[in-house]
Amino acid sequence: MLKIDKTANAADLLFTLTGRLDTTTAPQLETEIKKSLDGVKKLVFDIRNLEYISSAGLRVLLSAQKVMNRQGSMIVRNVPEEVQEIFDVTGFSDILTIE
Amino acid sequence: MKELRLKATTENLDQVISFIDTELESAGCTMKAQMQIEIAVEELFVNIAHYAYEGDPGPAWIQVDTEETPGQVRITFVDRGMPYDPLAKEDPDVTLSADEREIGGLGIFMAKKNVDSISYIYQDGKNRLTIRKKIR
Repeated sequence: MLKIDKTANAADLLFTLTGRLDTTTAPQLETEIKKSLDGVKKLVFDIRNLEYISSAGLRVLLSAQKVMNRQGSMIVRNVPEEVQEIFDVTGFSDILTIE
Repeated sequence: MKELRLKATTENLDQVISFIDTELESAGCTMKAQMQIEIAVEELFVNIAHYAYEGDPGPAWIQVDTEETPGQVRITFVDRGMPYDPLAKEDPDVTLSADEREIGGLGIFMAKKNVDSISYIYQDGKNRLTIRKKIR
């Protein structure tokens, strides 16, 4: 289960993710991102309540990062410890801007 | 030892995870180890679902043993798909920048990194992949 809350404000877009970002739920986020990024300059993910992430979830974050590298910036905020460990192991700590 | 047999499709992932969780919880697994094991199980099962049977999903067997060695779980994935050793694949370069990184290729690497040991054998027409990890 993944809950995606979206808050848009001019060229800023915030996704708040709650639950699990896995093979089953990652396509939902991917679809949501794809239809929302036009004209976005600053993309923020708040993942305070993200309990779990697998490679399917990392793939979605990586493709969002690639898009935002071309059109603005992307920030991942409030990373839980367990998720941070996954970011560290996979080198995503260096790819993502974590606050 | 408990065994689950189902069709190797990603739609069955949630069923696999809840089967594993039930066994881990009754064996007193820590929350952290449980999440790490779930990641490995997801990556390995999804790998079978995507590649073992080339578009015509066949069966997968998932065996969980928490009693063989106290404080440790052994999980074995069995399929009758084409012989494929996922461990033979080179690890991705995790030092590359976002634009240099490819989308994908991280799954098996994440499975390896989240367990204590992982081994593969092709035997009697079956792929057998076994992971072991301390659970408390």
